[in-house]
Amino acid sequence: MWRDAALVAGKDLRIEGRAKVAVNQVAPYALVVLLLFGFAFDQDKPLLVQAAPGLYWMAVLFSGLLAVQRSFSLESADAAMDALRLSRLEPAGVFLGKVAAVAAQLLLLEVLLALGVVVLFQSRLSGAALLAASAAVSTAGVAAAGVVYGALCTGLRARETLLPLLLAPVLAPVVLAATEAWRSALGLSRGDGWHWLALLGCFAAVYLAGGAVGFGALMEET
Amino acid sequence: MSSSTRVTRALGVSALLALAVNAWWGLSLSPPDKVQGQLVRILYVHPAVATMCYAGFGLCALGSIAWLWPRTRSPRWDRLAVAGAEVGAVFCAATLITGSIWGRATWGVWWTWDARLTLTALLFAESLGYLALRRAVDNPHSRALVSSVVALLMALTVVLDHYATAWFATLHQHTTLFKPNPTIHGWQLVTMCWSFVAFGLVFAWMAVHRFRLEALEERYETEGYLTALESRRAEGQALPAVPEGDRVLAGSTTSAARVEPSS
Amino acid sequence: MVLSARLRSAVALAGRYPVLAGADLDVRAGEVLVVRGPNGAGKTSLLRVLAGLLPLSSGEAEVLGLDPSADARSLRPLVGLLGHKNGLYDELTTEQNVRFVARAARRDVDVVPAALERLGFGQRLRQAPAGKLSAGQRRRLALACVLAKGPLLWLLDEPHAGLDAEHRELLDGLLREVAADGCSVVLASHEHRATAVLADRVVNMAGGVVLDGVLPLGLSRGSQGDPVGGGPVQAGPVQAGPVEAGPVEAGPVQAGVGEAQSVA
Repeated sequence: MWRDAALVAGKDLRIEGRAKVAVNQVAPYALVVLLLFGFAFDQDKPLLVQAAPGLYWMAVLFSGLLAVQRSFSLESADAAMDALRLSRLEPAGVFLGKVAAVAAQLLLLEVLLALGVVVLFQSRLSGAALLAASAAVSTAGVAAAGVVYGALCTGLRARETLLPLLLAPVLAPVVLAATEAWRSALGLSRGDGWHWLALLGCFAAVYLAGGAVGFGALMEET
Repeated sequence: MSSSTRVTRALGVSALLALAVNAWWGLSLSPPDKVQGQLVRILYVHPAVATMCYAGFGLCALGSIAWLWPRTRSPRWDRLAVAGAEVGAVFCAATLITGSIWGRATWGVWWTWDARLTLTALLFAESLGYLALRRAVDNPHSRALVSSVVALLMALTVVLDHYATAWFATLHQHTTLFKPNPTIHGWQLVTMCWSFVAFGLVFAWMAVHRFRLEALEERYETEGYLTALESRRAEGQALPAVPEGDRVLAGSTTSAARVEPSS
Repeated sequence: MVLSARLRSAVALAGRYPVLAGADLDVRAGEVLVVRGPNGAGKTSLLRVLAGLLPLSSGEAEVLGLDPSADARSLRPLVGLLGHKNGLYDELTTEQNVRFVARAARRDVDVVPAALERLGFGQRLRQAPAGKLSAGQRRRLALACVLAKGPLLWLLDEPHAGLDAEHRELLDGLLREVAADGCSVVLASHEHRATAVLADRVVNMAGGVVLDGVLPLGLSRGSQGDPVGGGPVQAGPVQAGPVEAGPVEAGPVQAGVGEAQSVA
């Protein structure tokens, strides 16, 4: 299973390395979203600093949707999904590989976005351990849930619009918990951020385990 | 063919009667509340509607789990799931609307960022996603599978939503009825209990019809199946089996098979 | 049993539409079977059923000794499918595409250069991204992927599409070789003349049924000792003057059958 996961993740990342969709398209888009948030708040600086964690995670959510769509359009563009189904790859391996590739791209985006938040909103980063830990765990959760729903929507009519409709409510708890964890780390709230980190961990674990078990059935139905 | 029988007609009539009684008791017979005044009357609608919303998604979850479980897998469970989800979505919308009206009257705002409200709105969005997903899949087996997975997630939101008033500090009023010393009495209590009966009947009526409609649709598809098979085979007979120009070549290679043509 | 696939009254649905409406088909081990028929006859669906990708809603099926619906996960790795689309990743190079398929099939990567070589890819093209290739080159690359996977049953949907004369011959040679090794090739095509040379047997499809897919009883029930129920007879060299392939290839076909069976 791990060997298959490494193979699939390597393939997806190699494709990304050549196409550079995440770097050349998704990342600029995410930065534009941050800019637009700035316009929406009329450059009210204290408010932007207060809202920065939430806006940051919204931007991650939007980019995550794009990354997941991209991850599955690779497979459906030339019917490569059939080749995957006809291979000896274990479905759990395919799932984990795709999650790893999406997560790797998202982590890169998150670093860029964090820089963007610091520069544009003049946020001060603090509580690095909690920031990094909650970012890593939420990324795993977003990627796992995203790949589950991406597989579910592959081959369906109007999948481009169906995926955001289905996935956004699912990711709402991640956005909420990650925002709270970051607010706590940045000293914007007095809540205990580590509790929210635990919630993020549960979410990621449920989707990683559920996806690894159920991915075979989902791949069948496309 | 229709989805109604004598039983469902009786159910429909009694649901309408029960609603009328609910309106009569709720609007004229029960007195205004000491604290809430006339606003108490929304208690005769909103809690019952919200409960039916949960019941709908509960049926949906039940049907989905039973479908996913290999030993109990049957199209009937998928029908139950869709009936529950669709009726649940209707009641969910009604819950949001009545809740919003209540919120405007008691809190002064149509909407507030409260865990219960937000989760209910999220649940509504999820149910719309669920129904959209069902429309996007043609194959009945695939449809049942992918929608069951999404239904389990809705069930999770229902559970969170239900405990939201207990787990998070929210504005939303706590449970009124099911506690040791209810704060409402007399006609208020009777009417509120009655509202559950009335909306329960409405729920059952809608769910039964939706379930039967799904069954009819499946029957239509199964009967259509034979016709479709017939017309599919006829497609072939309309065309020459082997194009004229190829008979020379094909003749040699298929000669052995023609000894005993397939029936 | 010398059949590598057998379908009886196979019905398969796409949504509500019966793409296969009761198809009967026998495929012998070591033969090149061409399935002909107009567009929409159900050829593609037939191949997908044989690959274990499209489950039957009724009827019987046995492919390489397995039930394609129940044992799909065991069957699929043994099958190579070339569909309408090539299943390539545009951003990967020619070599990387084949290598991924080989590794996903748990095969040694040594097969990669050999497969590329066999399909006529020179050194220069191996490092080119698949997205930059022409339609015919992509088709060949997809065939190289099938070859690198090393399947026992080759299912090819219009494999000649986009190939020039030179590479059509190359493909025909490859398929004869594959069949001689005991693998079966099922080839769907509406290009009658192009495939007639290659075919050991031709069946016709229309309206979701195979009109002449069943072998006569004596042939389909041939025992182990039976020399494959006379494969060359099917090729019908008597009338088909220009068809030279049949008898020449007959020997190796039988030699390879045992190998295919042991896996099946």
